[in-house]
Amino acid sequence: MLEIATMQERFGQEIAEATFRDNRRIVVPLARMYAVLEFLKRVGFDMLVEMTAVDYLEYEGATDRFGLVYVLVNTTTGERLIVLTHLNPPDLEVPSAYPLWKSADWLEREVYDMFGIVFTGHPDLRRILMPEEFTAYPLRKDYPLKGRGERHNFPVITRAES
Amino acid sequence: MPLTLADTLPADSTDREYLWTLNFGPQHPATHTTLRIVLTLDGERVVNAVPHIGYLHSGFEKLGEHLDFNQYVTIVDRMNYISPLANEIAWHHAVEKLLGIELTPRCVYLRTILAELMRLHDHLLNVGTVALDLGAFTAFLYGFEQREKIYDIVEFASGQRFHTSYTRVGGVMLDVNDEWIARVWKFLKEFPPTYREIDKLLTRNRIFIDRTKGIGVLTREDAIDFGATGPIARASGVVRDLRKDEPYLAYADLDFQVICSTGGDCYARYLCRMREMGESLKIIEQALENLPSGPVNVESITDVVLPAKPPVYRSIEGLIQHFEVLMPNRGYDVPHEEIYAATESPNGELGFYVVGDGTTRAYRARTRPPSYVHFGLFPHIIRGYQLSDVVAVLGSINIIAAELDR
Repeated sequence: MLEIATMQERFGQEIAEATFRDNRRIVVPLARMYAVLEFLKRVGFDMLVEMTAVDYLEYEGATDRFGLVYVLVNTTTGERLIVLTHLNPPDLEVPSAYPLWKSADWLEREVYDMFGIVFTGHPDLRRILMPEEFTAYPLRKDYPLKGRGERHNFPVITRAES
Repeated sequence: MPLTLADTLPADSTDREYLWTLNFGPQHPATHTTLRIVLTLDGERVVNAVPHIGYLHSGFEKLGEHLDFNQYVTIVDRMNYISPLANEIAWHHAVEKLLGIELTPRCVYLRTILAELMRLHDHLLNVGTVALDLGAFTAFLYGFEQREKIYDIVEFASGQRFHTSYTRVGGVMLDVNDEWIARVWKFLKEFPPTYREIDKLLTRNRIFIDRTKGIGVLTREDAIDFGATGPIARASGVVRDLRKDEPYLAYADLDFQVICSTGGDCYARYLCRMREMGESLKIIEQALENLPSGPVNVESITDVVLPAKPPVYRSIEGLIQHFEVLMPNRGYDVPHEEIYAATESPNGELGFYVVGDGTTRAYRARTRPPSYVHFGLFPHIIRGYQLSDVVAVLGSINIIAAELDR
């Protein structure tokens, strides 16, 4: 089992730990994020299973705008760990985890597409689910469910023009 | 496989001009679903493959923030539409973990039986379509006949063949009776002969082996690095099955084996899926024999779990309970917490990251889609193989576009 005490003496006391049901979570400040992930990979967390973001704009008791979640798995021992960090606009830049785990490739592209969090060092950061010309970030809380009329303003090419 | 001379040349060399681009477009019978791959080919050999997805993106995760836990199950159904109940079971597994609800024994075994029936469903389709893409039509049709029987079983339980929306928070929509159990026993007797037929048609078929053996090899290190889970990872030697490593539902009490292989090619994935079907039959048999009696919904938690319909229509207490759970300005308290819970769906690890905010609507309902992560490793495993192998590899990694794009 991963010892949080060793992590705290390496990376400072700001690393908070919590356990809810059977999820073991650590909250890491953004500045230490890449170093913590690299350390975790070295101690055996070899699979990045999931990466996602949460927009805390309308969340009761939230202190930051965005939360970035990494779910790591140690395939030899079966241990799981969730690593959380918090982000605030306008500095929405995070070092990419692609050098550590290649599954970060598409997972980060989706977070960028949906939330607008930029991953520096990513080999090919472009939109993946939305069309390339889309300008907004749909999963943010200030983007409405039905969109801002993009569907009605979609450029139509007639047979004469094509 | 070694790449050709073209890939060793510098990027601005004029000799690279003979590389040509082929659009494996969104509408193509062999992609099964709507996805697009732009291939750069050197003659027949694939030098690069760039996938473009998003044709089926329908904003499922945004909808999850506006729908109740019991309403969102209708959307979750439609993700991996080849095995809908598996998605529902995974979703409610995550929600019940967030709420801290423990299911009744009968519900646990019932959900296990349905999850394994869905595993058969998904693997039959995948084996069939891999064969179909390579030209073997018969195996596909044999598989589909058996899938029809599973549809009939599911329809008997829930009223719907396909997107059943069968599970609810704390249980299922309706209990099953002895006739349903008899139907599942009947299916268990009729399925093995067809399973052996498909096995005989494909497993030692010279043409099938030539087209799938050594194709699309995924090494063990790459499988872990790219986040592959499920039959794809197990075929590459990653011994990891959530049913054994993090047991949920009734899997801790049942006796079955985890099928792994060291090949990592399309043939190994096919074999893993075929043998997993055999293990699923064993699990269903054991679960059916030991199916406990008793209530299927957790009736003691009256503020979260929907009551059965007869008390709702016949007694005032039932009506009040129904009202309190469902009406918009009522509902129940959900912890202000976040949780990640995963199940072993037929395609791999299907997980949900649910953020609760006190109301019965999820604040964030994120799906960890196995198809999405597996399609991310597709450009890596197809490099260097031939154009006709693209179809075989794409079929073997089982991409369901609705889960890919959500």
